[in-house]
Amino acid sequence: MAQVSITVNGKQRTGDVEPRLLLVHFLREQLDLTGTHVGCDTSQCGACTVLVDGRSAKSCTIFAVQADGSEVTTIEGLADGDNLHPLQDGFWEEHGLQCGYCTPGMILSAVTLLEDNPSPSEEQIREGLDGNFCRCTGYQHIVNAVQNAAAGRA
Amino acid sequence: MYAPDFAYYRADSVAEIGRLLRKHPGAKLLAGGHSLIPLLKLRLAAPPALIDIGRIGELKGISVADGRLRIGALTTHAQIAASSEVAAHAPALAAAAGVIGDPAVRNRGTIGGNVAHADPASDLPTVLLALGASFAVATDDGERAIPAGGFFQDMMTTALGEHDIVTAVDVPTAPEGQGQAYEKFSHPASRYAVIGAAAAVGLTGGKVGRVVVTLGGLVPAAIRAGSVEQALSGQAPSADAIADAAAAVSNDLGPDLIGDIYASAEYRRAMAPVCVKRALTAALKRASSVAEAPAARSPWWKPSWL
Repeated sequence: MAQVSITVNGKQRTGDVEPRLLLVHFLREQLDLTGTHVGCDTSQCGACTVLVDGRSAKSCTIFAVQADGSEVTTIEGLADGDNLHPLQDGFWEEHGLQCGYCTPGMILSAVTLLEDNPSPSEEQIREGLDGNFCRCTGYQHIVNAVQNAAAGRA
Repeated sequence: MYAPDFAYYRADSVAEIGRLLRKHPGAKLLAGGHSLIPLLKLRLAAPPALIDIGRIGELKGISVADGRLRIGALTTHAQIAASSEVAAHAPALAAAAGVIGDPAVRNRGTIGGNVAHADPASDLPTVLLALGASFAVATDDGERAIPAGGFFQDMMTTALGEHDIVTAVDVPTAPEGQGQAYEKFSHPASRYAVIGAAAAVGLTGGKVGRVVVTLGGLVPAAIRAGSVEQALSGQAPSADAIADAAAAVSNDLGPDLIGDIYASAEYRRAMAPVCVKRALTAALKRASSVAEAPAARSPWWKPSWL
């Protein structure tokens, strides 16, 4: 077993983990932060996307021991109290989800996208979300949601 | 999916990696993990120990000196794609790094891990071979440089020895007037290259001078397309000359083409000249004195909604 100490959503969390434990399972099973989903489990679908040290990353392809000492942000850590993050507001306003399974990963990928490019074109949004699959919406409302958030931040 | 159990060690310096590798036979290096962890989860590999090298600062970063770019082995694809130095001195490498996987993958995956893994469907080996890169390797006895041409030997097989560590990738800076391009036919789910074609072309007096063309994705390890290079060298870069040269790629492919449920070997063989033509057209357009306009992209290549 190895001990890890990871700052998750601003709080330092420690745990004894098997080295092979994936970050997503540390979050979901040891910390009960089940907003981060497991979709394909093969680094393709993006449902497990979180921020590691401020950048989008697929938590199904990171061992918890690799994130030792890092700062991790999950969907549970985005809102400020009752005030939703602009991207959460955008997904609400523009109906950017149906079943919601991909939504946490979509939103966290979009956080990095908007940090890199606060006013993305539609094409840039689609490229920025290339690693996140949605099987419901056909993506258009997700693009609209990100545009809504970008406009709100501007 | 869970990886098989392994002992976990963390190295803080290149010297310590070497010590740990000698102490733990069969151990593998863990950098960004985006090639290794999927292999472990699928139980295609079960090393007894992993040595986490992801925190070693001396292996990170990009610098330019003495006519070469030096890219530390732990530099991520995202950092390479965003680097103004790489864009200026090795534009095909910047382009290839920017189409690996997806943004979250590029935030974690590293150039050293990518080349040491040597996946045939990877983008970087194709481009690094075209640009004449070489790999700085720390060994038991010191250091050595391995040119890309001798490095990628077969599917997931490199010239690296048991204790060798890729510490940096050295890429010659592009000569004035050289045009570079990387064209990728991407798998829509995995984003690995079904076919990748890289071209680096110079023009002399309106004729094609030095030209290097490489291919990956459809062959076990990236190859140079010598027949294409030979066919184009010395020609005026007309659309017809490019198309004729690209067609010669069939002579370079060999018998061991990769095929799978998504794209058969026959299909890839048929598409290879198309990718080569696009890479050459784009590279020649960027070469300083070319007058030819590139051919329009046909719509199947990259639909507007992607």
